[in-house]
Amino acid sequence: MSNDRASTSPQQSGRLQVDAASKRFGHVAALSDVSLSVAAGEFVTILGPSGSGKTTLLKVIAGFEIADQGRVLIDQADITELDPAQRNIGMVFQNYALFPHMSVARNIAYPLAMRGTPKAEIATRVKQALDMVELGGMAERLPKQLSGGQQQRVALARATVFQPRLLLLDEPFGALDRKLREQMQIEVRRLQRRLGLTTLFITHDQEEALVMSDRIAVMDKGRVLQVGPPNEIYEAPANPFVADFIGESNIFAGVVEADGGNLLRVRLEQGPVIEVAGRADLAAHRGQRVRVMVRPERFVDLAADQNSVWANRIDGRVTDSAYIGVSDKYRVVTAEGIDVLMRLPSGPSSRRYSAGEAIAAGFHAADARLIAVQ
Amino acid sequence: MSGPGRRRGAGAGRILLRFVCGLIFAFLMLPLVVLFPISFSSGSYLRFPPPGFSLRWYARYFDDPTWIDATWRSLQVGTATTVLALLIGIPLAFGLARGRFRGRSVIENGISAPIIVPHIVISIAIYGLFSKLGLIGEWYGIAVAHTVLALPFVVIVLLSGLRDFDTSLELAARGLGAGPFEAARTVTLPILAPSVYSAAFLAFITSFDELVVAMFISGANMTLPKKMFDSIMSEIEPTVAAVSAMQIVLISALLLLGTWLRRPVTAPLVR
Repeated sequence: MSNDRASTSPQQSGRLQVDAASKRFGHVAALSDVSLSVAAGEFVTILGPSGSGKTTLLKVIAGFEIADQGRVLIDQADITELDPAQRNIGMVFQNYALFPHMSVARNIAYPLAMRGTPKAEIATRVKQALDMVELGGMAERLPKQLSGGQQQRVALARATVFQPRLLLLDEPFGALDRKLREQMQIEVRRLQRRLGLTTLFITHDQEEALVMSDRIAVMDKGRVLQVGPPNEIYEAPANPFVADFIGESNIFAGVVEADGGNLLRVRLEQGPVIEVAGRADLAAHRGQRVRVMVRPERFVDLAADQNSVWANRIDGRVTDSAYIGVSDKYRVVTAEGIDVLMRLPSGPSSRRYSAGEAIAAGFHAADARLIAVQ
Repeated sequence: MSGPGRRRGAGAGRILLRFVCGLIFAFLMLPLVVLFPISFSSGSYLRFPPPGFSLRWYARYFDDPTWIDATWRSLQVGTATTVLALLIGIPLAFGLARGRFRGRSVIENGISAPIIVPHIVISIAIYGLFSKLGLIGEWYGIAVAHTVLALPFVVIVLLSGLRDFDTSLELAARGLGAGPFEAARTVTLPILAPSVYSAAFLAFITSFDELVVAMFISGANMTLPKKMFDSIMSEIEPTVAAVSAMQIVLISALLLLGTWLRRPVTAPLVR
């Protein structure tokens, strides 16, 4: 094809590398020694609460802030101090940042015009971009005449029409309602795959991160705490912050009583002993204080399962129960006073408990994740 | 239910609001209703209602070179003041809105000093300085003095425009490939244009209508307000009414032009 400049070509996208970047604002360390690499065509999410430094990281990559230390590279080329206009990075802002005085078509043409693209080519590529985001009929509208979802698509078209080496998305779905949000998540991912575009996505919404990403980098207080695929982040959080920030969790504190092989016996502060799977990357020895996480959905109602052998057993009384549709959510307190959150599958075949009833639940040693050793 | 009751309450409120607005509007506009008929008076005195109608006071204005001279001088001074005030005010407003430097808030609060300090005090100060510099009686001297008076209005209007301006638009432009100058030309200034027009209009009016400073430093080369003042002092005849009527028409035209310039434009061409 002769017009392949305008069509999709996955190899155009770049490999991003952030190398030990640090940035201070006065006394606040917005980024401390952050390293991250994103492979060409990969979709990586930066997940963190507000103030975790994720927006600063994005600005350092886009060139709106310069890192005090460290480097930013795209395809091995050092862009740490390059002018933002020279970086060839597409960005979708939180509020879209569409130019209010320009029509949709002019907005999308802007990056091409700034690169001196010939008029005829601009026209074709703007039209292609509009078709891509299914806004063919909206070319002459002003941004304020569009719905939030449509504005979002214009922003996306504008950020990709010049075939950037990297796409940055800064919490782009924050202003959309839930349904539209889920639809846009799917659309953005589809578009990103089709264009083979290396993408860095910023969000504080852990569910969104789990749904969309190839890999997630969890940030807090200017540091990257863990990088990994969504299931790894969820199943095997590296530390208490990640365990607590992603999904619901029970976190128990205790002391290691025995550390034989890859199984630990931990005596919880409240008395009972549980079996916990050991971690190759986090050694815990007899006498050390540890913290252990169990996801609420890992508990199994022993009344419904008499056959299996359970390493750990919780006996308690339901204090609160809630029906969530896919599951029943219970707050259970044991005789020793341990507070446990459980999600048991709901349905015609499973029993429902109400507040005050006794309940017995089991969980495997492998479902108890060691998250901290002191 | 509270719904209909609340709606009725809102209706009463709206009627009251309209009534008060109408009253204020009438208070502001009635002088014009008096002024325009007097300007077409056939009588020789400022009197309302006029004894008959004629164009003699308009003719008198156009036939008298001192009136025409004064008018041209005022237009010249007003235009120069507008240009000077914008040239100083735009960078100043940008600096105050975007800059982080010591003394920023001092400058920002001090900027309205020329509005607060009585014009007569400013006039005396400027007279002292200008007489040393030989600027008395020169039209550009008046323009410089008027720029001092117009600057606060320009800066205040532009500052509020800049504070409302979403800086992520500028960042977006930069990230999409525009240099700093290009981003300002294609994004920041077009979006701020309404504020710039308002500021320009205020600067022009400040100068065009200014009497006190002009009395001190215009000397024999009178501006229009000075000429009007002299005219009232010496003879109470309707020429002043005719001049005022024309001034009002001119300013209204400028206001309409401003409204037209501020209309939402569909995309100035990018390059």
